[in-house]
Amino acid sequence: MTTKPLSGAAILIKSLEDLGVDVIFGYPGGAVLPIYDEIFQQTKIRHILVRHEQAAVHAAEGYARSTGKPGVVLVTSGPGATNAITGLTDAMLDSIPVVCLTGQVPTHLIGSDAFQEADTVGISRHCTKHNYLVKDVDKLSSIVHEAFYVATNGRPGPVVIDIPKDVQIQTSDVLHSGRISHRSYKPQLKGDIENIREAVELLASAKKPIIYSGGGVINSGPAAAQLLREFVKMTGFPITSTLMGLGAVSGTDKHFLGMLGMHGTYEANNAMHKCDVMLCLGARFDDRVTGRLDAFSPHSKKIHVDIDRSSINKTVHVDLPIVGDAAHVLEDMIKVWKSGVHSADKEALADWWTQIETWRDRKCLNYTQRDDVIMPQYAVQRLYELTKDRKPYISTEVGQHQMWAAQFYMFEEPNHWLTSGGLGTMGYGLPAAIGAQVAHPDKLVIDIAGEASILMNIQEMSTAMQYGLPVKVFILNNEYMGMVRQWQDLNHEGRYSNSYTEALPDFVKLAESFGAVGIRAEMPDELDGAIMEMIASDKPVIFDCRVAKLENCYPMVPSGAGHHEMILADAEDHEEFSGGAALV
Amino acid sequence: MTMNQKIIGTKLNATALENTASHTISVIVDNEVGVLARVIGLFSGRGYNIESLTVAPDDMEGQTSRITIVTTGTPMVIEQIKAQLDRLVPVIRVGDLTLDGPSVERELALIKVAPNPEDREEARRIAEAFRAKTVDSTKGSFIFEVTGKTEKITAFATLMQELGLVEVVRTGVAALARGQDKL
Repeated sequence: MTTKPLSGAAILIKSLEDLGVDVIFGYPGGAVLPIYDEIFQQTKIRHILVRHEQAAVHAAEGYARSTGKPGVVLVTSGPGATNAITGLTDAMLDSIPVVCLTGQVPTHLIGSDAFQEADTVGISRHCTKHNYLVKDVDKLSSIVHEAFYVATNGRPGPVVIDIPKDVQIQTSDVLHSGRISHRSYKPQLKGDIENIREAVELLASAKKPIIYSGGGVINSGPAAAQLLREFVKMTGFPITSTLMGLGAVSGTDKHFLGMLGMHGTYEANNAMHKCDVMLCLGARFDDRVTGRLDAFSPHSKKIHVDIDRSSINKTVHVDLPIVGDAAHVLEDMIKVWKSGVHSADKEALADWWTQIETWRDRKCLNYTQRDDVIMPQYAVQRLYELTKDRKPYISTEVGQHQMWAAQFYMFEEPNHWLTSGGLGTMGYGLPAAIGAQVAHPDKLVIDIAGEASILMNIQEMSTAMQYGLPVKVFILNNEYMGMVRQWQDLNHEGRYSNSYTEALPDFVKLAESFGAVGIRAEMPDELDGAIMEMIASDKPVIFDCRVAKLENCYPMVPSGAGHHEMILADAEDHEEFSGGAALV
Repeated sequence: MTMNQKIIGTKLNATALENTASHTISVIVDNEVGVLARVIGLFSGRGYNIESLTVAPDDMEGQTSRITIVTTGTPMVIEQIKAQLDRLVPVIRVGDLTLDGPSVERELALIKVAPNPEDREEARRIAEAFRAKTVDSTKGSFIFEVTGKTEKITAFATLMQELGLVEVVRTGVAALARGQDKL
């Protein structure tokens, strides 16, 4: 399409508008000033000024996960781009659609070690799904459209567009409009129908089936979660989920066995270990899920549905691969199942459920309640009970608090759980909560945090204040990097090397210094009142919840162990698991 | 642009080595900036071996390039390499010439030899036996051009070693599937 000539910066903003972008998370600098000038002169796209570029990407991730739309980031060259790298890697590992626009020094200075020059496409090549260096302003608009296509189609991921400053200033009359089709990147959405038929037959003949669903079901969109619920109801099969997949089925559904894996439930892990047919939907047999590979679900036929062919047979041998999108494949599976010839082996399934109920009766998440100190699990449970009716968006940082949140907060809907699963990025939760709050200004957004993680991006309280984003930071404060300390207990004979944080700030005063609200709870009997005070506030809140210092997170499948070798909280005399010290 | 890389990659453990085999993989890519870096970066980042790699434009317009990679791995690793290559955005097609039927593989080498005067005839005689061309000749040296399978070139270079081998340059493997089909 040809129009009157526009500057590269104007073309960029126009293209973003055409693509439906309504918000950008960013931070200005020399190499993006022409773009910021365009942002200043328009009203359709809102810019949220973060306090650190890493936080801009996490905020875009929070926005993307809670809306299903791609998140957009704008940062300057050099340090702006390198600060964004952690966020981009996080989005890569969790398959989150993000488009990150980076400024670059003018084309004639590239390669000269100019001020604030970094080889952004070189550095970000390994942590993006794809990246572009725009050298010709005539190509800018089509590259932006293509970047959004790549970020959102197939397995989603982050895409970087590096734009030299001279390209932002040069003019062009080439504006791309309408849908783009990529000549080589065309992900397969429909699964092979013969394989789907075979999968349904295998599932129908199963005596001990299990569904293992993951982030792919969330990424596929709300329809996939709906179809999965229908499939579970139709078949009566038990289902477990990865950390990334929570919320695809209701956390309170009786078919749901809880999360599986390293801190998964006894019933989920045992069911995975003993099942005879496994249906893996949009999950990737991550090491946190499988435990020791040669002990992973040894007696099962495995069906794996994934939109990314490279996820299939990567670590675990799969008997029946189906490349396709979760929603499309589930739709076909339901059709085939309903076509009449298939029904579950009811008798065998009843026996299987009886077995599962005995595992459930082990009540693996139980902990010893105390009245002189708040137990961290209790804090999350109370938070859940007091906020569940408002269907809040929950983000987390990384560590013990994250696992307790995953174990004790039950999600009714997809897209309400925002956590750094693959990369495990401390400092993720607050900016992600900000991104979700920007997208859902009237909803309750809570970052379940640890006192160590929150300090990694605490500066974003200032962003929350600037834009009136009433995020609630609920810190389980045990003064330790709890998960590090737990591993030091397990593998290093309790030598707590550098896992205790001395000189922590007074979080209440810290909140107040930002102009936010600070609340502290130290005893179990004051917890409920304090939580109610937090959710009643229309301001950002930092909640300093002082919890038992040395509590460990169980159940736990130690690194290098199999699902059947779980450590449970009340099995005090568990044998030291040897061999874990060298593993991650 | 043609290049040949020999990278001795990650140590494979004993069990993995058992089923390890060499595969020749052809990749058709969009001829855009950085595409080779993406392919090589994938191999180094994920710890796969590259035994030989060649790349050059493969159409008249210079829109696409063909990369030929010789790599080794267990069947599972080879499958994974192909799947990982296939999901790179500028990759158009990936083919496994080792699995997909018979193929022709050729490599070209230039081999510089500086034999003693009494060995000059022997060097030429061996070159003739290998159907190598003499592309440069001075009083004290030859450059032979030899084409063939990798093993043939290695054999030729080995024989030349005793006759005053100076240096060797190899293109790496170029390969096509036999028959009329296009990758």
